[in-house]
Amino acid sequence: MIEISHLSKRYGALTAVDDISFSVEPGQVLGFLGPNGAGKSTTMKMITGFLSPTSGTVRVCGHDVEAEPLAAKACMGYLPEGAPSYGEMTVRSFLDFVARVRGLSPDKRRARLDDVIGRLALGGVLEQVIETLSKGFKRRVGLAQALLHDPQVLILDEPTDGLDPNQKHEVRLLINNMAKDKIIVISTHILEEVDAVCNRAIIIANGRLLADDTPQALAASVPSGKLDDFFRQITLGAAPAPVREVANA
Amino acid sequence: MHNVLVLFRREFASYFATPLALVFIVIFLVLAGAFTFFFGNFYERGQADLASFFEFHPWLYLFLIPALSMRLWAEERKSGTIELLMTLPVTLWQAVIGKYLAAWAFTGVALLLTFPIWITVNYLGDPDNGAILAAYIGSFLMAGGFLAIGACLSATTRNQVIAFIVTVVVCFGFLLSGFAFVQNFFLSWAPQAVVDAIASFSFRTHFVSISKGVIDLRDLLYFATLIGVWLSANAIVLEMKKAD
Repeated sequence: MIEISHLSKRYGALTAVDDISFSVEPGQVLGFLGPNGAGKSTTMKMITGFLSPTSGTVRVCGHDVEAEPLAAKACMGYLPEGAPSYGEMTVRSFLDFVARVRGLSPDKRRARLDDVIGRLALGGVLEQVIETLSKGFKRRVGLAQALLHDPQVLILDEPTDGLDPNQKHEVRLLINNMAKDKIIVISTHILEEVDAVCNRAIIIANGRLLADDTPQALAASVPSGKLDDFFRQITLGAAPAPVREVANA
Repeated sequence: MHNVLVLFRREFASYFATPLALVFIVIFLVLAGAFTFFFGNFYERGQADLASFFEFHPWLYLFLIPALSMRLWAEERKSGTIELLMTLPVTLWQAVIGKYLAAWAFTGVALLLTFPIWITVNYLGDPDNGAILAAYIGSFLMAGGFLAIGACLSATTRNQVIAFIVTVVVCFGFLLSGFAFVQNFFLSWAPQAVVDAIASFSFRTHFVSISKGVIDLRDLLYFATLIGVWLSANAIVLEMKKAD
């Protein structure tokens, strides 16, 4: 369970995130959509406790991220934007490091490492140094790192960026397979991805929450029936959004 | 504690995963040797001690330690791994201390590898090995002081070159205040208490006093305070400015 209430982030005069409230239940795969600079990444950084909100609260698995950061972080897996990792390490030593920080017991560690290595097809590059890997592999290493402790909540910032079509397909399958009992939040600007994996979509622009519904309902609200058209309409402010705007205040 | 250890091991291993460790250690050993024999007149002095070896450590550290510390946090910022690190279930302090101790242990390794000079002086004469041990401890503490300053300043920027230059300048200040010519400059117009205070800020004053073979509690306290203050500043800098 993620509960976000009246979340705002201001940098001086700039308001990056403006009074956003929503909550996500287990079983939901939430697509976080918006133009570049809309505040998607900033919101994700606040959910994961990397940035402190200017005002508002975030609760993850019942833990306030500001008050109990370690408990909240323990139940989350996070793929930051650009999938950063320690380039000089090998894939195996990097994943082993994350597993140790996550406090997995040796047996659990071995089992989980085998699991994510299998799921993300990293077996062939385990002893390779991360900075020598292709963009697609680096992204998969970042995903593996986020999945290692089998978290209840997954926050993925552009998980398929830089992957080829086959790899995108694999990652989407992976997300679909995990979706049943987890909470997954993914940010993307690839709208077809939302159709493929998400059962709920939130659109934000200029730090404000503009729409929150199933992708099908959002698409159905424009004459063409396409999510692209709805996205353009609402983020460019061409016309008032003809949808029921959900605000879980 | 467990997390500090895990972070320590990752950081320590990362020095040896790149040529950094090799380059640093080789240059440190070559320069330490060159200074001892050419400028320190190790043989000509005709004394069985390592004064000419330790005398140049502050100057070696002035340039080599910032080269080591500049990457500590600036690199995490540059590569974005700071976001990964800070969203793992570790506290800010665990990260600061784990990374710092790894860098300090690494300088300890470099320092230990100077042991041939100790063997040499024992072969040539009959030195006071207690004093040599004290000087080694003093040198290690001084390296820790330089590193704590470097770690903090590295956290202020994502640019390693800026971290390096600023660290050299700040460390230079901490070093210079222990020299007689700086104190004479202040002596002409400032009261003695101020001059003493300035001198007591210097690494060199405390290093010299330890390397005479007397480990005074005040000198230990000085280095402990210095390291504590700079690491606290390091944590505060990170807390205030995590992103970017």
